[in-house]
Parts: sequence; structure tokens; C-alpha cells
Amino acid sequence: MITLENVHTSFGPNKVLRGVNLTVGKGRSMVVIGGSGTGKSVLIKSVLGLVATDRGTITVDGTDITRTDRDVLLARFGMLFQGAALFDSLPVWQNVAFRLLRGALKRPRAEARAIALDKLRRVGLSADVADRLPAELSGGMQKRVGLARAICADPEIIFFDEPTTGLDPIMAGVINDLIRDIVTDLGVTAITITHDMSSVRAIADDVAMLHDGIIRWTGPGAALDTADDPYLQQFINGRSTGPMTAIR
Amino acid sequence: MTAPLAQIGAATLGGLAALGRLVLFTAQTLSHLVRPPFYGREFGAALVQIGFFSLPVVGLTALFTGGALALQIYAGGARFSAEAVVPQIVAIGMVRELGPVLVGLMIAARVTSSIAAEIATMKVTEQIDALVTLSTDPLKYLALPRVLAATLVMPVLVAVGDIIGIFGGYLVGTQRLGFNAAAYLQNTADFLTVTDILSSLVKGAVFGFIAALVGCYYGMHSTRGAMGVGQATKSGVVAAAVLILAANFILTEAFFSA
Ligand SMILES: Nc1ncnc2c1ncn2[C@@H]1O[C@H](COP(=O)(O)OP(=O)(O)OP(=O)(O)O)[C@@H](O)[C@H]1O
Ligand SMILES: [Mg+2]
Repeated sequence: MITLENVHTSFGPNKVLRGVNLTVGKGRSMVVIGGSGTGKSVLIKSVLGLVATDRGTITVDGTDITRTDRDVLLARFGMLFQGAALFDSLPVWQNVAFRLLRGALKRPRAEARAIALDKLRRVGLSADVADRLPAELSGGMQKRVGLARAICADPEIIFFDEPTTGLDPIMAGVINDLIRDIVTDLGVTAITITHDMSSVRAIADDVAMLHDGIIRWTGPGAALDTADDPYLQQFINGRSTGPMTAIR
Repeated sequence: MTAPLAQIGAATLGGLAALGRLVLFTAQTLSHLVRPPFYGREFGAALVQIGFFSLPVVGLTALFTGGALALQIYAGGARFSAEAVVPQIVAIGMVRELGPVLVGLMIAARVTSSIAAEIATMKVTEQIDALVTLSTDPLKYLALPRVLAATLVMPVLVAVGDIIGIFGGYLVGTQRLGFNAAAYLQNTADFLTVTDILSSLVKGAVFGFIAALVGCYYGMHSTRGAMGVGQATKSGVVAAAVLILAANFILTEAFFSA
């Protein structure tokens, strides 16, 4: 279980998170929605410890992340970055198998490669791409390699920052199914950021909407359409008029 | 009235703070020497990249400098009928000063810039963050192998530079200035001391350390965007060059002032 309590994060004068409270249950799929630039990526980076929070507490299974061994914590996490963040000096398969090639989880190269190829297959990429460099792939392919890397060492908690952005509808469906399967079959806890409402409906157990630095609405995915929050309704129905203005 | 003074004060404080951060960064990087794992593959790649691929530029720099040095000493020496000292002064000048300093500056241009640009690009594209989430310390994975490789390989590069520089002087001396080949080499060998050579290699190691470390530091502290990468590269090369020249003065003082 992950909890955020009154979390504040800022960059100089830019106060991005202004008291976020959120609970993600173990083995649940939480989807975070919200306008562009509201701080969704910053939110998950705060949990990962990649950006420093000013105030508030974040706990994973009851322990404060600032008071626990970072390596132990990170070993349980997987992360897909919004921009994929592939290592451009390494071929695709070594990106995917990065964790299996060094450090605590190191295993024979052939075995690591076999696992990487299997994960690539799961995100719809054939073995031909394994030996290419990330720069030789399209944006959507890079995103999927990033996804394969995030799930490669079978983490317990996975963060997906816009997993389906830039993918065609069929491939987006494949990725939605994959995330759903990982949560249902393997009991993984997933936190997904997305702007894609069909993706929200496909993968969410729970939904949280970030707006103005706080969680404006949170509830089960099934309650989305009946919720009476005007901000949420404007967002999920994609209306240009409503309580939120287009220029922020 | 106090404005210029305040500006000097602020600049001094800023410089000291930057130096402090660099020292801290150095300590953090070196602390990984004693903490496993050690990334051998990255170390090997850095050795090849920094050592082997720098050989052409080091060789050319040293060859031309040694040749020019011989011409200058010959012309200068002629003013008080001391043309004969060309082999000795070329040897001592190359080995003690010009070899390490010029190779150091070429490495600052070649290695500091590429390390700073590479790491800064990794930073702005979130690859450094990705490393962290994959339980890999960026200092251990990126900085330590490069710093270690540069420190170990630079004495070799400097030795190569010294030899080629002396050879450049020898070519000019024997082909243009009429020195006897065997006597030229004999004079060179007789004149150089073990301390001369040792100082050259120690300078090389220190300059290599500075060049790689400063590149890593500026790369890791790059701000966002393409401008951040450019800024990191430029600042890294300038800082490395200045620090190398400063370290050269201190090391020369330490080796030869007595
Ligand atoms: N490293 C950083 N330094 C300074 N400001 C940052 C940094 N990262 C994010 N920000 C700022 O934080 C705010 C939120 O950014 P974030 O990337 O979290 O938005 P987002 O909700 O993920 O948007 P999108 O849906 O477009 O990805 C923005 O105003 C951004 O400028
Ligand atoms: Mg984002």
C-alpha cells in the first residue's frame, strides 16, 4: 500500500503539489488523471524519491520512504518514464535487461537476454528490434521498450507515465491488457498516468484526479460517470467549457 | 562606491562555493571505489574511449610542439652562442611542462567536453533518473569508471606525448639544424632525470583525474534543455582547463622548487 499525506512539492516559486492526499491499495490499479502540467509526473517522481518534497509524508507498506533503505525500496519499483528515458548507448535488449545484467539481480547474459526478448514480445515487439539502438526506433516503439524495461525484473509496484501516448489504438489496447494482466494475475500494484479515457476505463480499479495541486476527486473507476464533481465531469467528457479554463 | 567590492566579494564566494561542491562531488564519487559492485564493462569502454582514441590528437600535438620548440631554442640560444643546448632543453621542456600540460589541455577539449555533453544529455532526457529507478547509482555507473580510466590512462598518454615531442625536436634538430643524430639522442638521455619523468607521469594522472571529474560534475549538474547541455559542456571545458593549469603550477612547485 502506498499513501501520500499532505505532500507539497515545488520548484522555486512554482508550487506544483500543494497538499496531496492519496492512498493506493496493494494489488490495485490506480489511474491518475488531470490536466497537462498539473504535476502528475511530479507526483510519481515524488514517490520514487526523484524529486524532493517540501512537506508531507509518503509511505510504502507503512514505512516512510525517507526513513528506509533506498536500494531496498527501489528494488521493488518499476518505472516507465513519460519520455521513455532509454539509455541511448545500449541496444534495446540491454536496456530492457538492465537490472538483470548488473547489481543484485545479475544473471548470465544469455538468460538475461532471453527474459528481455520475452518482455519485448509482451509489449508487441519482435526479436528483430533487440539489437537495435533506441534512436533507431519510433517514439511508440521506444515507449514500449521503456515499458518492457519497467516490468523486466518483476517489480511489486509499477509506475506508468502515459503508457499509451503515441500508440495506435490497437497497440494501446495491447498495452492496456498487459497492465490489467500484470495487476490481476501477478498482484502488482500499478499507478498509471494517462490522458486516454478509454485506457482509464480499461485499466483502473481506482481513479484520482489531480487539479490545482491537490487530489480533487478520487473513487473507484466504476463511479466515474455518476460522480457529481463538475471538474471531473468536464475532464472525462472532454468539454472545453466548464469550471476549468483551457489557458492555465 | 562599494559596488565593485561587493561584486568581487560575491564572485569570490560563488567560486569558493563551486569549489566546495566539486570537492564534495569528488568525495562522493571516490567513495564508490570501496563499495561494490564495480562496473568493469563501463571501465573498459572508458579506457578505450579516453586512452586509445586520444592517441592521434596527442601524437600530433606533441610532434608539432616538439618541432617548434627545437626551432625556438635554436634561435634563442644563438643570441648567446648556446645553440648546442637544443636537445637538453627540448627534452626537459617537453617532459616537465609541455607534454603533460598540452596533453592535459587536449584531453580537456576532447574528454571533458564529451563526458559533460553525454552525461548532461542523459540528465535532460531523464536517463539519470532512470538509472536511479533501476537501482544503479549514477556516480558509480557513469562517473567512477570514467574518472578511474582517465587517471590511469593519462600517464600513458603523457609518456607517449613526451616521447613523440622529443622525437619532433629530434627531427627538426637533425634534418633542419644540422645536429648529429646519435649525439642528439645521447644528450637527451643523459640530461633527463628520474624526477623529470616521474613529475611528468604524476602530472598526467592528476590532469586526467581533473578532466574526467569536471566533465562528470558539469554533466550531472546540467540544467534542462539543449541550452543546458551546451552550457554544461562549455563550463566543463573551461573549468577543467583552468584547474589543470593551476594544478600544473602547484605540482611544478612541489617537484622542482627545492
Ligand atoms: N525538474 C523540474 N524542474 C522545474 N520544474 C519542473 C520540473 N519538473 C516539473 N516541473 C514543473 O512542474 C509542473 C508539473 O509538471 P509535470 O511534468 O508533473 O506535469 P504533468 O501533469 O505530468 O503534465 P503532462 O500531462 O503534460 O505530462 C510544471 O509546471 C513543470 O514546469
Ligand atoms: Mg507528465
